[in-house]
Amino acid sequence: MTCREAEILLHAMIDGELDAGHAREVEQHIANCPDCGAQLAAYREMSKAIAGSDLRYTAPPELRRRIEASLPKTQAPSRRAVLRGFAMGSAVSAIAATGLVAIVLRSDDEQRIMSEVVSAHLRSLQPGHLTDVLSTDQHTVKPWFNGKLDVAPPVVDLTAQGFTLIGGRLDYVDTRPIGAILYRRRSHVINLFVAQTASAERHAAKIETIQGFNIRRWSERGLNYWAISDLAADELADFGEKFETALRTSTPG
Amino acid sequence: MPGRWIEAGRARASSAEAGQRAMRVSAANDDPEKARRFRDAALPYLDDAYTLARYLLRDATDAEDAVQECYLRAFKHFDSYRGPAMKPWLFAILRNVCHAEFARRASSPTGTIEDVADKEEQAPLWHEAQETPEAQMLRRWDADTIRRLITALAEPFRETFVLREINNLSYREIADVAEVPVGTVMSRLARARAMLRSAWIAEEEQRK
Repeated sequence: MTCREAEILLHAMIDGELDAGHAREVEQHIANCPDCGAQLAAYREMSKAIAGSDLRYTAPPELRRRIEASLPKTQAPSRRAVLRGFAMGSAVSAIAATGLVAIVLRSDDEQRIMSEVVSAHLRSLQPGHLTDVLSTDQHTVKPWFNGKLDVAPPVVDLTAQGFTLIGGRLDYVDTRPIGAILYRRRSHVINLFVAQTASAERHAAKIETIQGFNIRRWSERGLNYWAISDLAADELADFGEKFETALRTSTPG
Repeated sequence: MPGRWIEAGRARASSAEAGQRAMRVSAANDDPEKARRFRDAALPYLDDAYTLARYLLRDATDAEDAVQECYLRAFKHFDSYRGPAMKPWLFAILRNVCHAEFARRASSPTGTIEDVADKEEQAPLWHEAQETPEAQMLRRWDADTIRRLITALAEPFRETFVLREINNLSYREIADVAEVPVGTVMSRLARARAMLRSAWIAEEEQRK
């Protein structure tokens, strides 16, 4: 590798964007080239100084108000209103109506829970809302949930797989407390929500995109999982698979 | 100062135009449920969008107008939105709005064109910052000084730098927002950091 190549690639290395093969080549070059080594050290230092300064701007409240005012007023139809609609459709026979209500409610419930998961994720990204227990140690995070939930959420350390455990949080979805385990990949936060399910059936993972967030949802051993992040779908799928694999190997049987 | 007077008049006019457009848009999209979903999804990124606009346009009033226009357009197209993540999607819209503003400034007699990118892009990167290792301990400046140094960077290096270092986008996301290959993102970022480092060192020299 030439100095010219290294001088560009070392930036990708600082940003954690370089694949393992290229990173090794850059490191080999730097080991034999004091100039490029000094550059890497200097740019690392600059990146740290930048990351440690608050260089963002805060939108003026007036701008927020102007944007809010340009949107139609929010008044979402309640579920009761939907049910009333069914009750009034008296031409439909009672049995058919019951079936319809059940179907509508079920998909409606799922959608509602999904959108609550998205809201919980968004809430968690507000300053100071991310974690209740801040720890990269699974043996600290797991016992923290004791007595707070009717389930013991499995907490696995995936640091070696590229997903750093950053802590846990108690959240509310579908009016019930739910465990949230937090992971980080580069600057992306993953919320892994865990709740009890009625059936012990295993449901294969499904990925959905809601409001730009990818959600990987699956069920295993009586627990429902929702992993949500602004990570790309393939990276989130990778996270889910690594989590499931780690869980299976850590608790045999 | 006649120049200032014209500037102020223009800013008011463009806010009023944006307001009228806002009313037309809400008439065409009068769906409260959609508005709620949009609010939940897009408003958490308001500070991010405003930050990017401030660095791109280097003007607080223009940045406000651009962000408002960006949110209007985003709401209008929210039905067809299927990804990518919300932040880069908003940024891509915001960037288009800002570039329209660049074009307006370039054609306006009161506007200035400060950004000549091509020449900068061809300049070699590896002759920058050839200082001795002793000089490499950079002094930590206050946020205002760093902001000023970043703001002085030429387009498109400033854009790439801000998207990466301040808005925390990945290279892939920056490539999508700026509509360039990832390799270009990488070289622009290297250039941007080299220029910033030179400016940083120059600042240090100046204050000695």
